Amino acid sequence: MSTAASLHDVHSHTGHDAHHEHHHHHETFISKYVFSQDHKMIAKQFLVTGIIWAIIGGLFSVIFRLQLGYPDQTFPFLEDFLGHWAKGGKLQPDFYYALVTMHGTVLVFFVLTAGLSGTFANFLIPLQVGARDMASPMLNMLSYWFFFLASVIMISSLFVQTGPANGGWTIYPPLSALGDAAEGSKIGMDLWLVGMALFIVSSLLGGLNYITTILNMRTKGMSMTRMPLTIWALFFTAVLGVLSFPVLLSGAILLLFDRNLGTSFYLSDIYVAGKILPNEGGSAILFQHLFWFLGHPEVYIILLPAMGMASEILSVNSRKPIFGYMAMVGSMFAICILAFLVWAHHMFVTGLNPFLGSVFVLLTLLIAVPSAIKVFNWLTTIWRGNIRFTPGMLFAIGFVSLFISGGLTGIFLGNSSLDIHLHDTYFVIAHFHIVMGVASFFGMFAGVYHWFPKMFGRYLNNTLAYIHFWITIIGAYMIFWPMHYEGLAGMPRRYFDYSNWESFKMFAGLNEFISTVAMIVFAAQLLFVFNFFYSMWKGRKVRTQNPWGANTLEWTTPINPGHGNWPGEIPEVHRWAYDYGKDGKEFIPQTTPVGHDESEH
Amino acid sequence: MKEFFIVAISIMIFIVIFQISKASEYVSVLKGEEKTRRQNNKINAFMLIAFLVIGLWGAWYCNDLYYGKTLFPQGSASLEGEKIDLMLYITIGVTGVVFVITQILLFWFSFKYQEKDGRKAFFFPHNNKLELLWTTVPAIFLTVLVVFGLKYWFKITSDAPKDAVVVEVTGHQFAWEFRYPGKDNVLGKKNYKLSNNPSGNILGVDFEDPESWDDIHTTEMHIPVGKPVKLVIGAQDVIHDVGLPHFRMKMDAVPGIPTTMWFTPIYTTEEMKKRTGNPNFVYEISCDQMCGKGHFSMRGIIVVESEESYKKWLADQKPEYFTFFPDKDPNKQAPAAADTTGKLQASLLPASK
Repeated sequence: MSTAASLHDVHSHTGHDAHHEHHHHHETFISKYVFSQDHKMIAKQFLVTGIIWAIIGGLFSVIFRLQLGYPDQTFPFLEDFLGHWAKGGKLQPDFYYALVTMHGTVLVFFVLTAGLSGTFANFLIPLQVGARDMASPMLNMLSYWFFFLASVIMISSLFVQTGPANGGWTIYPPLSALGDAAEGSKIGMDLWLVGMALFIVSSLLGGLNYITTILNMRTKGMSMTRMPLTIWALFFTAVLGVLSFPVLLSGAILLLFDRNLGTSFYLSDIYVAGKILPNEGGSAILFQHLFWFLGHPEVYIILLPAMGMASEILSVNSRKPIFGYMAMVGSMFAICILAFLVWAHHMFVTGLNPFLGSVFVLLTLLIAVPSAIKVFNWLTTIWRGNIRFTPGMLFAIGFVSLFISGGLTGIFLGNSSLDIHLHDTYFVIAHFHIVMGVASFFGMFAGVYHWFPKMFGRYLNNTLAYIHFWITIIGAYMIFWPMHYEGLAGMPRRYFDYSNWESFKMFAGLNEFISTVAMIVFAAQLLFVFNFFYSMWKGRKVRTQNPWGANTLEWTTPINPGHGNWPGEIPEVHRWAYDYGKDGKEFIPQTTPVGHDESEH
Repeated sequence: MKEFFIVAISIMIFIVIFQISKASEYVSVLKGEEKTRRQNNKINAFMLIAFLVIGLWGAWYCNDLYYGKTLFPQGSASLEGEKIDLMLYITIGVTGVVFVITQILLFWFSFKYQEKDGRKAFFFPHNNKLELLWTTVPAIFLTVLVVFGLKYWFKITSDAPKDAVVVEVTGHQFAWEFRYPGKDNVLGKKNYKLSNNPSGNILGVDFEDPESWDDIHTTEMHIPVGKPVKLVIGAQDVIHDVGLPHFRMKMDAVPGIPTTMWFTPIYTTEEMKKRTGNPNFVYEISCDQMCGKGHFSMRGIIVVESEESYKKWLADQKPEYFTFFPDKDPNKQAPAAADTTGKLQASLLPASK
C-alpha cells in the first residue's frame, strides 16, 4: 500500500524536511508553540485545550452522577476537594446544579464547539483545499487566544465564594438574572456571561477565517464540488456559527444589562426572596427565543463536523466512494437552512401560540428528511465495500449507529403533542446526549484517530484504541438507552434527589447502575487521553506518506509538514476526493490527472 | 481508606491495560504489521456483529425490565393524555421499524463486507433512483406523523370548555399555591406588588376587588373526576413548570405572563391506587423547569375525587378574604386567630419591605 501511495504521489518527499524553503525566519519556542500562526499548531492547541476541558466537564458529570446514583451515601473525599460545597461528604444542591450547568456549558461550547470545529477546521481546511495556511493566520491565532481567555474566565468562576453559574447551561432568566434566586446567579453568572462573550468572539474570528479560506484559497482545480465532505461540513458549520452566535451574544449582553444596570428586558412582575422588584414589561420568554436561535443551530455546529469526518473516514476505509456526494452536500445545506427555522421546538410548553408551534413542528420534522438521506447514504457507502476497521473507522460506524438512535428520538420530541409529556424529562437527556453529545464525540474520536498520524507523525496505540472504542460504545448505550424509560415515566431532569417522589423513586436502582457505568466510561476516556499524550512523543513513527491510502490532499504533504504545508508548489487537483475502487484501481489521489481511458461517473 | 483502594486499584488496572497494549504493539511488529492488522480486522468485524445481536437483545431486555415502571401500562389518567399515548405508540412503531432495519444493515454490512483477499470494493458513487426513494419514503412517513401530531396538538391546546373547573396555580421557590374562584367563578385581581409572605398574602391578592372575596387559597389541589379542569398558571420569581406526568400534561409558569392548560381527569386518586397497585399513589405535580436549589423538592399534590366529595371539600374551605378580615365573615364562630389579625391587616397595605 505504501509503495502504491508514493507511486501515485506527484510530490513525493521524504518526511524530514520540516524546515523547508518557504520558511526563512527563525522560529522560537514562543512563536512555534505558543503564539503560533501555523494553522496546524493552532489546531493542536484547540485539541489539547479541548481535551483538558473534556476531562473537567466529564469529571463534573461523574461527581453529580455520584449524587444521583447514591443519594443516601456520603463521600468524605468530596469534602476534601470541594470544601463547603460538599459539607460532610454530601454535595450541596446549589453546587450540584453548578456542576450540571458547567458540565453542559463546558461540553457544548468548550469541547464540542471549540475543541471539535476549532481543531478540525483549523487542521483540515488548508490541508484539504490545498492552501498554505488560513486566510488570516493572525486572526486565527487570536481566535485561539480569545478562546483561552474565555476558558480562564470560565474556570475562574469555579473559585468564587458563591460558586459558578448554576441555572442550567441554557441560563434562563429570571433565575439567571437574580442573585436572590440562586447562589450561582451572583458573580458566577457574570463570569459565565463574560466568558461566553469572549468565546463568541473567538468563534466568530475562527468562523470568518474558515469561510474565507474555503471560498478563496482553494488550490488550482479544487472546485467546490471537488472538495472532500469534511470541508463542506466545516464550511456549513462556520456559516451557522457566524450567523447565529451574534444572536446569543446580544441575548447575553441584554442579560448582563438586566443583571447590572437595572433594565427590564427579561424581567417583569417579580417577587423574589421577600423583595418586590420594580421591573415591569420584560419577557422571560424573549431570552429563550434569543438563546435557542443560537442554541438550535449550535447542535448542528456540533454535529456537522462529525458528519463530515464520518463521511470521509467511512469512504476511505470502505475503499469505496461516498455514496451520493451531491445528495450529501445538499442534505447538509438543507440541514443548515432548517437549523435556523426550528428553534422554538425547545419552547412548545412555554405558552407559545399553538399555531406558531405547529409551524415549528412541521419544520422540525422536515429536518429528519436530510438526516435520513445521510444515514442511507452512509449505509450504501459501506455496502459492498472492502472494509478496514481502523480505530477511526470503528468510531465512524459508531457515529452512524448513535446518530440513528438519537436522531429517531428527535422525531418524538419534535412532535409537539408528544413533547408535552416528554419535555424536560430524562427522555430529552437521553436524546441529546446520544445524538449530539456521544455521536459528536465519536466523530471527534474518529477524526483524532484518523488524522493523528498527520498531526504528529506518529500512530496511536491500536490496542488501547480498540479497548477505548468498545468500552465507550457499549457504555454509552448502557448509560443513555435506559434513560428513555425514565423519561417515558415523566421523570424530570435536573433533580438533585428523587427519593421523595412517589412517581419517580422506583428508578433508584437504575440510577445507580447508570452512575456506575458512567464512571467506567469516564475511566476509559482517560485511557484515550493517556494514549494521546504518550503516542505524541513515543508512538510508532509514521513511515509512509499516505498510511490510509486516502485520496485527499493532506496526504501529499511530507510526513511532518512545516509551516506552509507543501515544500514545493501546491499540488493541482484533477478530480473529486472519492475515486476509490474505480476502474480496478484501489484509490486515485486527487492530484492524479484524469486518464483518457478513464470511465465517467 | 476505601477511596484510596479504589484509586489504587484503578491505577493498577490502567497500568496493566497499558502494558498489554504496548506489548501487543511489539508483538505486532514482530509478527508482521500487515498480518496483525488483518487479524484485528477480523476480530473487530466479529465484535460488531456480536454487538448488534447483544445490543438488540439488550434493548429487549431493558424493555422487559423497565416498561412496567413507565406510565404506559397504567394508561393515561386524562382523556387528552390518551391521545398523547396513542401518538407515542404510532411514533414508536414507525421509528422502531426504522431503528431495527438501519442498525441491522449498518452492522451486518460492516461484518459482511469486511476486508478480504481478492474482494474488490464496488465503485458505486450514486444512483438517483435510490436517493429519490429514501427522500420520499421518510417524507411520507413524517407527513403522517405530523398530521397525527398536529391533530392532537390543536385539540389539546384548544380553548378549555366553558364549564371547566378553573384553578389558578402559582409557582414560587419552592412550592405551589392554588386558588379557586369561589361562587362567582371569577378569580379576583392580583398585583404582584401586594405579595407579602410574612402576612400570608403570598399571592398578592388585591382584596379591594370584591371578586376576590370568595376566592379560596389552598396548598393542595382537589379536582373532580370526569370534568374538564382548566389551570391558569403563573409564577412569582423565576420560571417554573407544572408537570403532570400521569395526565401527560405540562406547562411553564412564567413570571409576568400567565399561561393556561386544560385536561379531563378520568381516574380518581383511589382508582389509581388500584390501577397501579401502589397504596401510596398520589398525583404529583413536579416542577419541570430548573428553578433553583430546591427545584427537586418542588412537589405539589393533586387529589382527584368524585364530584360530590370535591364539592364537599370545596364547601369546607374558607375564603382567604375571611382569614385576613375575620369580622367580615358572616358565620364567624371561631375567632381563633384574633390576636394576629391586626398585624395581618396592616401588612395587607402595599408592602413596605
